Amino acid sequence: MSAVETPASSELTRDELLDAYRVMRTIREFEERVHLEFATGEIPGFVHLYAGEEAIAAGVCLLLRDDDYVASTHRGHGHAIAKGCDVKGMMAEIYGKKTGLCHGKGGSMHIADLSRGMLGANGIVGGGPPLACGVGLNARVRQSDQVAVSFTGDGGSNQGTFLESLNLAAAWHLPVVFVIENNGYAESTSPNFHQAGVDLIKRGEGCGLPGISVDGFDFFAVREVASEAIARARAGGGATLIECKASRYFGHFEGDQQTYRAPGEVEELRRTRDCLLAFAGRVTSAGAIDPGELEAIDEQTRALIDEAVAEAKAAPEPDPSDVGTDVYVSY
Amino acid sequence: MARTITYQQAINEALAQEMERDPTVVLFGEDVSGGMGSPGEEDAWGGVLGVTKGLYPRFPDRVLDTPISESAYIGAAAGAAAAGLRPVAELMFVDFLGVCFDQIFNQAAKFRYMFGGNARTPIVIRTMWGAGIRAASQHSQALHPIFTHIPGLKVVAPSTPYDAKGLLIQAIRDDDPVIFLEHKVLYGTEGEVPEEQYTIPFGEANFVREGDDVTIVALGRMALVAQQAAAELDGEGISCEIIDPRTTSPLDLDSILESVASTGHLIVVDEANPRCGFAADIVAQVAQAAFGDLKAAPRMVTPPHSPVPFSPVLEDAYVPSPDQIAAAVREVSGAARARPA
Repeated sequence: MSAVETPASSELTRDELLDAYRVMRTIREFEERVHLEFATGEIPGFVHLYAGEEAIAAGVCLLLRDDDYVASTHRGHGHAIAKGCDVKGMMAEIYGKKTGLCHGKGGSMHIADLSRGMLGANGIVGGGPPLACGVGLNARVRQSDQVAVSFTGDGGSNQGTFLESLNLAAAWHLPVVFVIENNGYAESTSPNFHQAGVDLIKRGEGCGLPGISVDGFDFFAVREVASEAIARARAGGGATLIECKASRYFGHFEGDQQTYRAPGEVEELRRTRDCLLAFAGRVTSAGAIDPGELEAIDEQTRALIDEAVAEAKAAPEPDPSDVGTDVYVSY
Repeated sequence: MARTITYQQAINEALAQEMERDPTVVLFGEDVSGGMGSPGEEDAWGGVLGVTKGLYPRFPDRVLDTPISESAYIGAAAGAAAAGLRPVAELMFVDFLGVCFDQIFNQAAKFRYMFGGNARTPIVIRTMWGAGIRAASQHSQALHPIFTHIPGLKVVAPSTPYDAKGLLIQAIRDDDPVIFLEHKVLYGTEGEVPEEQYTIPFGEANFVREGDDVTIVALGRMALVAQQAAAELDGEGISCEIIDPRTTSPLDLDSILESVASTGHLIVVDEANPRCGFAADIVAQVAQAAFGDLKAAPRMVTPPHSPVPFSPVLEDAYVPSPDQIAAAVREVSGAARARPA
């Protein structure tokens, strides 16, 4: 099927298609590079990479406005990029530098930019869904048409906070879209075990919320269901649960030996399940975009990430005297 | 002369006046309306003890009952605050902290710091604390030391109706997350409270009573119990100064040090358990800052290192009493007399 034949993609302009590709490519390039740089030992702490799941962040977040909010997860770089966070500021933050988005106080797991509606990556699995309900309440009280998106992994969907939030959003009739990024591993544990074969969409249905499961490698499919859910939320129609079936190209964290995965699993995924390749194939074969335009974006993105890494490495460290600042607005 | 109302009425009035003044103030929690979706919605509970009664009919769009899902709605308060509201979330009993602590201490308290100063989280979590109504181990605790330990939180525990109103208005207008601890035994106590709105700044202790011989630091209900002890000791010629810190974070250490410099003796009375507690913290800070001012070792009067018991006999033995405080005062002042000048 060509891109122009799908309902969602037929609504996309050329600029939107190029923008979607640029965002997905930026996430991929960012994550592949962090993977390499982390191995040198120069990046402190730990990082959780999003590569492989780009179609979800782009498919959902590009439908959002700056004043819509996203509550993210520990695997948050993709959401942050897709929500418009400054890529160089993100890289500097991951390096723990003063010029980082959070001035080195947050790191990979707490990247946030409220001015872009990025309510933070979150180091606590299941930490985000209640926050998204709060954003939804804000919209309800102000009678605005803002929308909140809560991203959660398959692991996080077992947290009480997630299940409680589905019910709260239903009870309060909140404009929240809950997105489960089911990447097949809760750290290392398979949903075959930790969810015993349960259809996750039924968790939403159990709270009276509409739900739909979608191929998380397919940008157009994600965009189509997200578009409907976001429109419903904006129009006062309440919350929706979306499950995106996906996988990740890297481990739970960098350094994870991934002994729990099948031999060759990631190589096979990269060969057959790559949202960028699929996207490029569809838009070029449909004649909507020229392959050269995508190659140009690839080059620009590589240059951007090169600059981001170089600038992050050269950036000043935080001032040790700032260790106790930013705790309170006033104290 | 100002009018006299109860601690509970003072809280209700502060909420009503602030909701009237500021349309971004929202109030939610279990049963704060106390009847949404029920046949008697218009004359609903207004909280299990009626503290929020009348607010739902007055502000129907901004007073919400919640499912019994503390993690979800306390977290929602944090998210709503980050997005620009001023939520007042009620955690019915402070003991229920146990089911939603993550949303308080890993989320709300840390947003500003983790996000490099680029966030404000103006939430108030109102919650009922303390022993005294035979509510046993899971509805009677004093957990202010746990909150006080967390950077990013402010912790407030009024002991009078006047303080309750002024501190709650301050809490609602404050741009940081505030834990507002309402002592359940004090709800019915009366005091003079101005009708107009006023604020009491955080970190300013109240000199409840002036005295020369011993400094007693006491918070919440213990400020009243300490006054009973002080009245008893007056008859013995021992003069007690009582300081109510009103907020444990920030803490007005200067006022405590000023008093200890004059009396030379320190007793800290607290309803929380003793280990790593509020009393231990005050004693340590005074010892570090003003050891030379102390004429005898400071004393802590606290419950034992045990949960709050149910039986009235046991609960009465658990909570610090005027007699225990008086005995501690006699002991330190006696020790002072025995010490060579």
